[in-house]
Amino acid sequence: MADQGDFLHVVTNDNLSERRIALGRALIWGSALVMAVTAGLQALQEAGRMDFGFANWRPTLYAYVLWAVCLCWGQVLIRGERGKRVLFVLPAALFVISMVVFPLLFGLVIAFSDWNLSSPTGRTFNGLDNMRQMWRDDFYWNALANMVRYTLAIIVEYAIAFGLALMLNSQIRARKFFRVAFLMPLMLSPVAVSWMIGKSMLEARFGPLARLARELGWENPSFFGTPEMARLTIMVMDAWTYIPFMMIMILAGLQAIPKDIQEAAKVDGARAWRGFWEVTFPLMLPVSITVILIRIIFKLKLADIIINVTAGGPGGATDSVTSFIFREYRDRSNVGYGTLLAMVYLVLIVIAITIVMKLTDRWARPRY
Amino acid sequence: MSEQIFYDSPADRATRVKWFSTRVALYGALIIWAIICLFPIYWTITTSFKMAPDVMRGNLIPFWDYTPKWLGWRSLGLSPETIGAESTVREEFLKRFFNSAIAALCSSALAVFLGSLAAYGLSRFSYRFGFMRNSDISFFFLSQLILPPVVLALPFLVLYKALALLDTRIGLILLYTLTVLPIVIWIMRDQFAGIPKELEEAALVDGLSIWGAFTTIVLPIALPGMVAAFILSLVLTWNEYFFAALLTSTHANTLPVMVASQTGSQGISWWSMAALSFAAILPLIAIGIVLERYIIKGMAAGAVK
Repeated sequence: MADQGDFLHVVTNDNLSERRIALGRALIWGSALVMAVTAGLQALQEAGRMDFGFANWRPTLYAYVLWAVCLCWGQVLIRGERGKRVLFVLPAALFVISMVVFPLLFGLVIAFSDWNLSSPTGRTFNGLDNMRQMWRDDFYWNALANMVRYTLAIIVEYAIAFGLALMLNSQIRARKFFRVAFLMPLMLSPVAVSWMIGKSMLEARFGPLARLARELGWENPSFFGTPEMARLTIMVMDAWTYIPFMMIMILAGLQAIPKDIQEAAKVDGARAWRGFWEVTFPLMLPVSITVILIRIIFKLKLADIIINVTAGGPGGATDSVTSFIFREYRDRSNVGYGTLLAMVYLVLIVIAITIVMKLTDRWARPRY
Repeated sequence: MSEQIFYDSPADRATRVKWFSTRVALYGALIIWAIICLFPIYWTITTSFKMAPDVMRGNLIPFWDYTPKWLGWRSLGLSPETIGAESTVREEFLKRFFNSAIAALCSSALAVFLGSLAAYGLSRFSYRFGFMRNSDISFFFLSQLILPPVVLALPFLVLYKALALLDTRIGLILLYTLTVLPIVIWIMRDQFAGIPKELEEAALVDGLSIWGAFTTIVLPIALPGMVAAFILSLVLTWNEYFFAALLTSTHANTLPVMVASQTGSQGISWWSMAALSFAAILPLIAIGIVLERYIIKGMAAGAVK
């Protein structure tokens, strides 16, 4: 986290007139009032009491933006120099709060209702029905189990990425070429990758990889036939796109290790293997943990490839939670159930990540 | 020639052989992985010039075992013969292309703008919003990374419907900004932490305001970091599929959605799919080759403290 204490200390002498402060207050509260009135009128229309001719909720949005601008401006008016400092963080904070916190609260309401967007009845509150449905939904539990499997694949990805980073960090020629080449998969859009690899290269009849597999003696190469194989293929494709990401972060860590430490180990007679395990690897531990944590976070969002290559098949075996909810919405356009599943997923993620962070924090803290 | 005086001892010869063999193994591994990384791209380029028999025979090398044809690019309206003529497919493609470009550029710019300000503030001043102090605020921003898009997707679908933002570029831009903002803040916080605060103190003594010092002194120094953050956001937003697939239908579709919608319908006409995929990844390949330095810098920023 940000290191406390190394701040810029500015002592300013603000002469804020009473009128200026009053103006600032008036701006903030005035615009808040405008927003409240607009929202109120729109709510009335929504309830069918009156008709003001609003086509949609845009006016409330505009009123909210107006309020946000006035809030920022008001800070400067009321608090002078300190307000200007607040202005650095406030826009981003307001943006995130309005884009995350509000939709999340709204999502909580949706999660406990039966809401089919294509049906005219609209939203009906149905209590814990969605929860009960989730409990019986084997496909959802399967998707959750898949997420655990997909996450475990990170260990292999990490090992490969570490190896690649070590190779790039050693004395080689054409380092720039290899770095660019190794970076390439990360630049490609997962959707294009799912066609390029999943749909054409792995195609059972004409794909080059299927041909290669046949050359190597696999009679009928089918990469998506059995659930295990399909999951493995998805893992490999996802690994292919994200290994460069881990590799580059590990490479940055390797380059930050002072050379003399490794040289000292060499002088002390450590062979390359022991030198790696007893010097380089322990020094890389903090970086490794960061990399793996970030990779887990990205992995939990895995969806694009699955949606486009297998669409969850065979029989939902490859579904990730995201792709499952995506299809759930596409097929049945039931917003309520999908939102509940997503919320449960979020809660599970937050619990899991917190535990992992606590554990790694305890485990990786240097014991002097 | 005089007689050679110095000889390698037998032990040295052994180490030379060993050195040589490790070199061979190292380059072998590097080249194999480079092939793994580049072959799909090569495959896509060459396939876009193939015809049906070439695809079925599994020909790989152009001019050697097949003659390249413009078939795939013609179906996109981008081959030499069709480039002058009217083409609905090309118009569709260009429309999606510009949608993608606008969404990616605007959201990255917005994220870098908001994120740099927030990161600078958090690295220089101490704040208190209620119970939240600086580290809490930082954590609040960074914790957005954990949030899976699917949690926000359906509420946003409903909200956007009510706000008439469904299928608009602005709606997409706002969401994309949200998804890359934590990454930008992370990179930029690291950047600003590396800039000595004495610089601003000197500027403040010389009579600049805080914002003046920020824009004239700090920003130029932090520019490479901002470029790195921008490029990284660009890559992520250009490739984004999930939100685009859910929230757009006809007007604001991005390129990945177009590619995805074509995959099912095309069957074995690989040449046109290959052309389309390649056109979709081309800008990023170019960025990757030209701006590789910045991408690596951006990703490395978080790894090393």
